[in-house]
Amino acid sequence: MSDLTKLTLAGALDGLEKKEFSSRELTQSFVDAIGAANPQINAYVVETPDKALEMADASDARRAKGEAGVLDGAPLGIKDLYCTKGVRTTSCSNILAEFTPTYESTVTQNLWDAGAVMLGKLNMDEFAMGSSNETSRFGEVANPWRRSGGDNSKLTPGGSSGGSAAAVAADLCLGATASDTGGSIRQPAAFTGTVGIKPTYGRASRYGMVAFASSLDQAGPIAKTVEDSAILLETMCSHDLKDSTSLPVETPDWRAEVAKPVKGMRIGIPKEYRIDGMPEEIEALWQQGIDWLKDQGAEIVDVSLPHTKYALPAYYIVAPAEASSNLARYDGMRYGARISGDAQNAFYEACRAKGHNELNATYMASRATGFGAEVQRRLMIGTYVLSSGYYDAYYLRAQKVRTRILQDFEQAFETVDALLTPATPSAAFGYGEKSDDPVAMYLNDIFTVTANLAGLPGIAVPAGLDGQGLPLGLQVIGKALDEAACFRVGGALERAAGFVAKPEKWW
Amino acid sequence: MSVTKDDVRKVARLSRIAVEDARLETLAGELNGILGWIDQLNEVDVEGVEPMTSVVEAVMPMREDVVSDGDKVGEVLANAPKSDDGFFVVPRAVE
Repeated sequence: MSDLTKLTLAGALDGLEKKEFSSRELTQSFVDAIGAANPQINAYVVETPDKALEMADASDARRAKGEAGVLDGAPLGIKDLYCTKGVRTTSCSNILAEFTPTYESTVTQNLWDAGAVMLGKLNMDEFAMGSSNETSRFGEVANPWRRSGGDNSKLTPGGSSGGSAAAVAADLCLGATASDTGGSIRQPAAFTGTVGIKPTYGRASRYGMVAFASSLDQAGPIAKTVEDSAILLETMCSHDLKDSTSLPVETPDWRAEVAKPVKGMRIGIPKEYRIDGMPEEIEALWQQGIDWLKDQGAEIVDVSLPHTKYALPAYYIVAPAEASSNLARYDGMRYGARISGDAQNAFYEACRAKGHNELNATYMASRATGFGAEVQRRLMIGTYVLSSGYYDAYYLRAQKVRTRILQDFEQAFETVDALLTPATPSAAFGYGEKSDDPVAMYLNDIFTVTANLAGLPGIAVPAGLDGQGLPLGLQVIGKALDEAACFRVGGALERAAGFVAKPEKWW
Repeated sequence: MSVTKDDVRKVARLSRIAVEDARLETLAGELNGILGWIDQLNEVDVEGVEPMTSVVEAVMPMREDVVSDGDKVGEVLANAPKSDDGFFVVPRAVE
């Protein structure tokens, strides 16, 4: 039998349907592949082979009875911020210690209800705060891609969904859940030659997802093809009474959009995305994308989104502010790590020496020990911009700038159906190359963060390789609730690019 | 607006994060770097602009005010660092 892990999700579902192989055989292939690759790639932080095979057997039994769901028997990886009942979930933070949820997130429940099989939990930046996966408590994920010409330096798969992207690129699952607050699905997808889509805010339920910034967080998949991403997103999205921001809307047939022609569509090219110092290769890739769509009969329209350059600074007020509120729950009382008097902890002793009572000393020591440096930095920024005397100057102003950014999009979408932009300002970079300067790291999300601030859907599609043989992606941003346009244009780009390159196996 | 060591100390206390005195200076530098970059927002004309409260127009859903869940003491306490007889056990707040 050929290597089943190389299949696309659509191909695997087809093979299962035709009884060419069983879910147990398929799942066993992935379990074996993970066992061999994970020591090098570090994509999985929890492996659940026994559960996977049990779910696979149950799937095979359902299929035999003719009761198979749309994802029946398909092995998937789950980002570590989705609560999975009985399986440790920590958002890759020490403060969640060995937290084992007693309930299931809505998104993952939707996947299991459709018959999917869980292979394990995927690595990520701590609380999804990062663009390189280096803030994870479980260590770095290796990008399966390496620079050509014998340069073996370890590259980041991007972040925060670095484990999801690496697992898909290295054929360690058929597809993965991810999440996107400022670009955390689309940037890692672009860095690994995979497809990632963030739907409209409210399409997918946030119930059971570990919160980062609630007005920006949104679930979505990383997959091998645009069609696979459509199949996964259709199942992940639902209206959920347990999330009051979940929209009461039907989920359309997105899979059918992927093959539809783009002839006659009006595609906007925002001039402000042509930033200073953008590598020529990114510029060339963008022009290539424009030409591909033009060749397929789309009309290209120049548009202006004048407030683009203010999106990232606004994001770095709004996201830390919301995080400082959301992460206040980690106090070591009801769950997670507690550092109290019996721990012989220097932070605790210092707090006591300064006169803090046992309770406050426990809070402060638990959070100082449990949160990593980047999370602490953002919590302090968030607390600062919300603090008395600074609220109007920072938070209120940022929310007004956010309105301006949304207005820019609304104006552009009066004349165009979708926007085409690069997905990232560079290809994957090496570990440690940007970690000394927080702002340099934040700039990774320059093309993706606008869609979060405005709540719009965005898809990243692999479109070519750079001079060093690393994948580069293009992004399509759609109107609110018009993921269909993202899938249609994304499908057109995928066909034109004919991107079939895979990382050379070194692991 | 420049963040001082005292500001960091205050923000750390508000965030309930213990910070060693030796790190205050470094943190002040980092926060100033980020806030300095954020200051470009002052260039934007926001006169008369409403602050965003929700990205998508949606009516806040209402539900019946009834008990829909409960009797899960075991599940609620399952991940507690310390519990006793159906209660969370926490450090002393009054000494």
